[in-house]
Amino acid sequence: MSKINLSVNLCGIQLTNPAILASGILGTTKALLKRVAENGAGAVTIKSISVEPREGHKNPTVITFEAGMLNAVGYSNPGVDAAAREFTNLQDVGVPVIASVIGAQKEDFARVVEGLSAQRFSAIEIPLSCPHTPGFGLLAGHGTPQATFDITSAVRKVTKLPIFVKLSPNIPEICTIGKAAEDAGADAITAVNSMGPGMIINIEAQKPILSFKVGGVTGDALRPVAVRCVYDLYKAIKIPIIGVGGISTGRHAIEMIMAGASAIGIGTGVYSRGIDVFKKVCEEISQWMQENGFDSIKSIVGAAHD
Amino acid sequence: MIEQPVMVKICDIQEESSGVKTFFFKLDLSFEPGQFVMVWIPLLDEKPFTISYMQDDLVGISVLKRGIFTNVLHSKKIGDMLGIRGPYGRGFSLKPDTNSCVMGGGIGMASLATLIDRLNLAVEKHLGNETIIQGARTAQEILYQKRFKGMKLCTDDGTAGFKGTTIDLFKDLLKKQRFRNVYACGPERMLYKVVELCKEHGVECEVSLERYIKCGFGVCGQCDCSGQRVCIDGPVFNTEELSRMEDFGKITITKTGERVIH
Repeated sequence: MSKINLSVNLCGIQLTNPAILASGILGTTKALLKRVAENGAGAVTIKSISVEPREGHKNPTVITFEAGMLNAVGYSNPGVDAAAREFTNLQDVGVPVIASVIGAQKEDFARVVEGLSAQRFSAIEIPLSCPHTPGFGLLAGHGTPQATFDITSAVRKVTKLPIFVKLSPNIPEICTIGKAAEDAGADAITAVNSMGPGMIINIEAQKPILSFKVGGVTGDALRPVAVRCVYDLYKAIKIPIIGVGGISTGRHAIEMIMAGASAIGIGTGVYSRGIDVFKKVCEEISQWMQENGFDSIKSIVGAAHD
Repeated sequence: MIEQPVMVKICDIQEESSGVKTFFFKLDLSFEPGQFVMVWIPLLDEKPFTISYMQDDLVGISVLKRGIFTNVLHSKKIGDMLGIRGPYGRGFSLKPDTNSCVMGGGIGMASLATLIDRLNLAVEKHLGNETIIQGARTAQEILYQKRFKGMKLCTDDGTAGFKGTTIDLFKDLLKKQRFRNVYACGPERMLYKVVELCKEHGVECEVSLERYIKCGFGVCGQCDCSGQRVCIDGPVFNTEELSRMEDFGKITITKTGERVIH
């Protein structure tokens, strides 16, 4: 059996495979990042960090349903100073580590990036697309071309690391926003963040289950939307795309890559298939490539386009 | 496993000690000792609790009045509703046919109660032996005194049983008795010492850890202990696993996700 090459070069970062731990899942500590790396991820993303510590929303913050997950964690994080202490000696993790950085104002994003600059992060991801945290993302008006341009430019000024801008699937003009990020110097687009927000009501309690009432939809329910977003972005922008949304099998990953993604993110898949979902997805990609006569990820990127 | 909260009616409430009440409800659950459920009070919060009684479809959770959530829970009456999802996590690996020691500190005793029920079945059949140690600050805080006969008690103030800690008592017992398995739940400093003693004496040991839990099913990362997710990889860990978990007994995680000294 010939060895399939799953390696990917993403904005100059060499990954042994295209499966990246998406932000917000398991990225709270360095020890967990290392465990995810040992379970086959090609890169990992930390849980988003803001300037100040945040406790986030009260429980219930995450709930599953037939087609995925609904979450409104509310960006709980220990703040940039504690994060800088937690994520030292990142080479121990064994794979590239991406810092997810959030802020209310563009200056906050820059402050967090600067606060983490002494650590060995491989890239900076800025989600401008959270649907369920007041003061951040969509609820702070970050989901417009102008805000995207301004925040990306502010981060561009303070770092030489590759910048990934994470976009919302909610916005019909996602390509315009992707273009704005590209024009401001983003190196890649992460598409997409959670969808919605959505709501699940417990009919006996006659109340929404999440304490914040609404939350971002991820998992299977999100996948077709995410694939379409990546497909559209691939035509509109030149920088690479990291496709995220409902990927839990090798076939899902290949579908996303064929839509135009150069790498893929996995989040909710950790719930549906376990922490070794990364290893499983990579094995399934390899097997499919072997059976169908492909020998590199690069050769299938965008294959679904005319 | 129940994915989303199911609303259950409180059908009985029992005072266990000063500060601890057990709330009973009917629910068909497949529960292993050491696992936990998430208890939801709509519009307030949701917290993890172990199941401390399991008789057919009658389920009980023993709750210590400690913070806002448990104060509200303690004000609930028979007929009031609670949301339950789970059970979650990996429980104790039951080895009933040996000489075992069960050690509970404070409300940690609740996690061990259904385990003791199972071990008692084996004792009745003369398959094994068990020693139960319960530690509390004072006599009024002792749990399940009528339910479990022959417990070895210890209190900080000497108002019930041995005056001293569970560790003092356990050290003493180790001189006289040989245990094959030790099961413990209580403050993490106590658990750390139990594990150290068990390692010294070559006894197999499992302890149940506590962390701030959010999702309960291993995705949010809030309950990390050295790369192990307490909600799904635990909450019960054995000696071998714990010796690889550097944070055990030393570091916990706050609601913000910061790792801090325990």
